[in-house]
Amino acid sequence: MIPNEYLPIAVLFILATGLAALVIILGHAFGPRRPTARKLMPYESGMTPIGPGTRRIRVAFYMIAVDFILFDIEVVFFLPWAVYARELSYYGLLVIGIFTVLLLVGFIYAWKKGALEWE
Amino acid sequence: MSIQEFLRDLTYLLPFTYLVSWAAVLLIVDLFLPDDRKGLLAPLAALGMAVGIGLSILQVGQQQAAFNGLAMVDGFSIFMNVLFLGIGLVGVALAYDYLKRMGLERGEYYILLVFSITGMMLMGSANDLIMVFLALELLSIPLYVLSGLARPQQASEEAGIKYFLMGAFASGFVVFGIALIFGMTGTTSIPGIVSTVSSGTLLNPLIFTVGGGLMLVGLGFKVAVVPFHMWTPDVYEGAPSAVTAFMSNGAKAAGFAALIRVLVVALPSIATDLTPVIWIIAALTMILGNVVAIAQRNIKRLLAYSSIAHAGYILMVLVAYGSAGLAAQAVAAALFYLVAYTLTNFGAWAVVIALEKKEGRGLMLEDYSGLGNRHMGLAVAMTIFMLSFTGVPPTLGFVGKFYLFNVVIEGGYIWLALIGVLTSLVSAYYYLRVVVYMFMRDGEPEVRRDVWVNLTAGVTAAGLVALTIFAAPLFDWATRAVLAGF
Repeated sequence: MIPNEYLPIAVLFILATGLAALVIILGHAFGPRRPTARKLMPYESGMTPIGPGTRRIRVAFYMIAVDFILFDIEVVFFLPWAVYARELSYYGLLVIGIFTVLLLVGFIYAWKKGALEWE
Repeated sequence: MSIQEFLRDLTYLLPFTYLVSWAAVLLIVDLFLPDDRKGLLAPLAALGMAVGIGLSILQVGQQQAAFNGLAMVDGFSIFMNVLFLGIGLVGVALAYDYLKRMGLERGEYYILLVFSITGMMLMGSANDLIMVFLALELLSIPLYVLSGLARPQQASEEAGIKYFLMGAFASGFVVFGIALIFGMTGTTSIPGIVSTVSSGTLLNPLIFTVGGGLMLVGLGFKVAVVPFHMWTPDVYEGAPSAVTAFMSNGAKAAGFAALIRVLVVALPSIATDLTPVIWIIAALTMILGNVVAIAQRNIKRLLAYSSIAHAGYILMVLVAYGSAGLAAQAVAAALFYLVAYTLTNFGAWAVVIALEKKEGRGLMLEDYSGLGNRHMGLAVAMTIFMLSFTGVPPTLGFVGKFYLFNVVIEGGYIWLALIGVLTSLVSAYYYLRVVVYMFMRDGEPEVRRDVWVNLTAGVTAAGLVALTIFAAPLFDWATRAVLAGF
């Protein structure tokens, strides 16, 4: 019923879940458990956590993340265009120009609304 | 593709490309308006959409594929464009005074509304499953934000988050369905899918059918049919009324535009598998929407369940989508009912907006007591809307239901038609209860007088009655204009 090309994927799925389950089960069954306060920390050998994990985070971080997407998408489209710029000629220039103008409108909007200001 | 071809394709999609640029202009205008003058964006947005309607009408008769077949101009897309732009115009008219007095006057409302309309227009023209998905996101994301417009009111924030989570979930279904269909056919283009199926090179019919089913689930979320309707009452109640009025018409019409394109054009080959599913969903939707609406005391929740029930009626007609002789008629009946529902629904929401007061007061059925004595015109208009929802002549709602049942019975689905008629009878109970409250109970309802809201209520009420006279020629004209492309 299922095409044969999918067989390797199915095998991969079974192997991956099986192996993961095996490792966890073996660790639980045979591993010695001697917990200490240091071992129970979220990041062993990492930074010592301060305060609860669910504290409030500044909204500014979220704004920065959204702005980052704006520029990230820009790069995603600019890079392939730059590689093929010569072959695409003026048509490519026109299309990427329209894209840039729309992106700039969004950027100007974010800028003027103060999304780039930290305070 | 050459520059000439690119520019030519841009003009094929002129109403859409034009509205996107207009939305960008509005975005910039908004920056230079002081906070107390944001209302200026309303006439600008309305102007943009009115020009868009003109451009769409100029396209009548065109039949072209644009951008390597990603999008289409045909009778269907032009019809949907005009409908969506009309919905946008009424959405602006209802919001102008409402936003001001609720303290929600933010320029974003009009900009997001225009962006959402562009998504809906793309949905009507989409000729490729990727475009369907892109349009779905473009129309939904502004709606998520609009639902939360009344922040920091908790109900509105909750509506926004709830709609976003459910919508994102539904989009996942659509994408996965597209992925499976692509996997089996090797193309996302709708004509390409049809030709792959008819040439018999489909890799695996079962997975193809599952893909179609997943798309049905995802789009079912958008048009709010049972069992994918859970979000509807909460979102419709929590969102500001003007947003709900726009959303309940726009998102529904766009969802059905997508369903029609995907089912009727791309997937007629699996109709024998999907038809029983559509049958059950439609029956459940009509029954649950109408029965649960009886228990509602809040008019916004009542209209939410009513919108679920009406999604069921429209979906009902799509059971006949697979039979070659009836598919065209089914689509025409669905579109005709969409127009009738849009007019009725906008009218009803106009009355709700006229009676609503700050902090969610004025929304219970009791608040409509005595409306008939104090504001005769509004009460008569509301009565017409309720009759049209129920499907009582002489209203457009009756004519629309007549065409729906006609197709369903011709298709041989007598039991489904029977469920539709019986649930319509049930719906009379809660629709007419509003009328009873307005005319037979005493009360002192306070009504906000706003010329645009009154105009909307008046024009839709008059239209619902007057258009019944021209219903038959209108339906024939719609059938011919719309179905040239099918």
